[in-house]
Amino acid sequence: MAEVVMAVNRGDASGGKTVEYKVPLSPGMVVLDALHYIQGHLSPDFAVRWNCKAGRCGSCSAEVNGKPRLTCKTRMDSLPQDKPITVLPLKAFPVIKDLVTDVSWNYEVNRKIPAFSARPGTNWKMYQKDVDRPQEFRKCIECFLCQNVCHVLRDHGKHAEYGGPRYLVRVAGLEMHPLDGLSRIKGVRNQMGIGLCNITKCCSEVCPEEIHITDNAIIPLKERVVDQFYDPLVWIARKIKGSESGS
Amino acid sequence: MTEKFEVHEHDVLVIGAGGAGLRAAIEALNCGATVGVVCKSLLGKAHTVMAEGGVAASMGNVDPADSWKTHFCDTMRGGKFLNNWRMAQLHALESPERVRELEQWGALFDRTDAGEIMQRAFGGHTFKRLCHVGDRTGLEIIRTLQDRGVHLGFDVYMECTVTRLLKDGDKIAGAFAYWREQGRFVVFKAKAIVIATGGIGKAWKVTSNSWEYTGDGLAVACEAGAELMDMEFVQFHPTGMVWPPGVQGILVTEAVRGEGGILRNRLGERFMEKYDPKRMELSTRDVVARSIYTEVKEGRGTEHGGAYLDISHKPAEYVKRKLPGMFHQFKELADVDITKGPMEVGPTLHYTMGGIRVEAETGAATVPGLFAAGEAAAGMHGANRLGGNSLSDLLVFGKRAGAAAAGHAKNAGALKVEQAHIDDAEREMLAPFERTGEGPYEIHRELQDTLQKLVGIFRNEDDLKEALEKIATLKTRAAKVHVDGSRLFNPGWHLARDLQSMLTAAEAVTRCALARKESRGAHSRIDFPNYDAEWGQKNNIIVKENGEMKLRERPVPQMPEDLKQLFADDK
Repeated sequence: MAEVVMAVNRGDASGGKTVEYKVPLSPGMVVLDALHYIQGHLSPDFAVRWNCKAGRCGSCSAEVNGKPRLTCKTRMDSLPQDKPITVLPLKAFPVIKDLVTDVSWNYEVNRKIPAFSARPGTNWKMYQKDVDRPQEFRKCIECFLCQNVCHVLRDHGKHAEYGGPRYLVRVAGLEMHPLDGLSRIKGVRNQMGIGLCNITKCCSEVCPEEIHITDNAIIPLKERVVDQFYDPLVWIARKIKGSESGS
Repeated sequence: MTEKFEVHEHDVLVIGAGGAGLRAAIEALNCGATVGVVCKSLLGKAHTVMAEGGVAASMGNVDPADSWKTHFCDTMRGGKFLNNWRMAQLHALESPERVRELEQWGALFDRTDAGEIMQRAFGGHTFKRLCHVGDRTGLEIIRTLQDRGVHLGFDVYMECTVTRLLKDGDKIAGAFAYWREQGRFVVFKAKAIVIATGGIGKAWKVTSNSWEYTGDGLAVACEAGAELMDMEFVQFHPTGMVWPPGVQGILVTEAVRGEGGILRNRLGERFMEKYDPKRMELSTRDVVARSIYTEVKEGRGTEHGGAYLDISHKPAEYVKRKLPGMFHQFKELADVDITKGPMEVGPTLHYTMGGIRVEAETGAATVPGLFAAGEAAAGMHGANRLGGNSLSDLLVFGKRAGAAAAGHAKNAGALKVEQAHIDDAEREMLAPFERTGEGPYEIHRELQDTLQKLVGIFRNEDDLKEALEKIATLKTRAAKVHVDGSRLFNPGWHLARDLQSMLTAAEAVTRCALARKESRGAHSRIDFPNYDAEWGQKNNIIVKENGEMKLRERPVPQMPEDLKQLFADDK
């Protein structure tokens, strides 16, 4: 049986190194199968996070040959097999062990986003053309690959000032919900630091759900921020009223 | 007394953060209780996220003739009348309101032209009844519930696994658990506990279930004195992927058939004509799974031992819009374009109809303070579950169990947990590090092979007896299992514990399957191929006495006359 060498991160918060394991190949095998082989046959304490193995839960994210991927959807036969296949943990988050990272920061960001709040007196009728757009954002499986490639988080570590593409997508889903009655635009500008995004579209490229993160979520939100905070007429009105608009 | 460990205290502790657990937690909060949710994975990754086709509720948005009575009758017929009728009735009555509630919390279902929630056809449902979002309905539901709960303010303990329930006398008083991340132990004190841990699929080799599905909730509840019921009824979903080997078992949603998909064998025959000419592909899951299995067994299977499922006669754009997940799944994992050609599919273990025996109205188990909801609870689905009835089940009974648990907590006095019980739970968890010998993975593989081969779709006495013997040897080996490495995020260690739960579940399933000498719903005995009127009146019960599993029987609750009348025309 053909074999391939997997070069995976082994280690914890104090540091790690790449360790090589030989894994037998089978037809249609995905990277997660190879990781499970290591766990089940070679190193039982090898830490990998996974759940559904069907591309629906977004748990098994890692960097495969330098590219952020869901390991359950990355076919081994799509990778060159004459050299070791490297699998490293997501770089934007602290390593707990091996391929498992501490993603709890994401849940903290989510907690701060005001929940859906229906407009008073709604009759709950919605039409497909009106829900198509927010439904795109609600396809997100929270794999955090977009957060991982976003240079604001990955290279500049601005986790304290920026919410990241995942949560801008979430806000977009709420803001564009046809029956939502809140505005989250002030928070998008201030707490979530949307201005830090300079539209390099790295997030959109890695999204396994093919959500048009930059074009359909971030840019429209940026436009709403501009409309609300930088429109000269609104600015003058705000000066006169002496308060900031938006909630 | 428990200084040694991290301790958290809540009125209600919910174990499991899928739909049932989250709905229970939300309701307990609404009732004024303090609530903690413990989940084995990250929040939002539980099995509900994988539910695809939809949630069944007789809203009548597409077929106005639908009503709770029709939904109730479909559920009872699908369950071969072994269901708890009261659960099936409550479920049919309340599911429309539970779905509307989700919409009010921000869920966005697909719409009809009139702006209502869209509903699609599904196996065993008389009318178009499944509210859905393409083929990612579960994701929509879990996100909605998760965000609702987080904003209402429950505490979530992510990547934390309960290994034992703690009691004060006969009453539930808390739970012992470990954090996956650091391997530290934690004690939860609670006046009521809701078990919402789902099923046991990981004990089989070919399954649509994730690593979490090891029956932990059933095992700890059974250990604490609760009764398990109907364990012989495990559902093989007719359509899982069969090729390539790495993806074997991954679910192919029933929505493919709901949207008009056709099943054919190698010879091109639409074989459901033989097995259920009236309902064809939209027959109940037990029937379709057996039909595919039979076609393959009799030599009419596809190249990789399955059946063809074809939706390519529908316009490609329609398929991509209604079944986007399936389109990508086959394209990326199997190099098949489902808009152009058929998929290869075969049965995969999907769902556990059996579980903890509960009271219909409250989800109360037989142990005071213990509740269960969703897949972990038994009764609602009888001998076979209809597709779409799981998402509605977990909403209806999650809410009920959450309310009842909060009510129980309000009236429960002070409880204390015995230090000796905690010490014992700790000892049990640490023992594998101190032993030498084999690791857990090989034992797990052998358990999966055993159940796959001997406790599958078709069963017989010899196979089941052989399975019981094999499970007994595996139990002995598992009791001596050794774990390498440290307590820091150690999957081998976690599997060593999960193995205990899987073995408990496997033994319960096999004992019940051996006892039931008839074929009904998902339980098919080659040696007893027909219904048996007497067995139709009995539920199998499993209890633990002095560490031994005992089998009992209970009469199936009898429907009142007005409900019986609904079935007057049945043969």
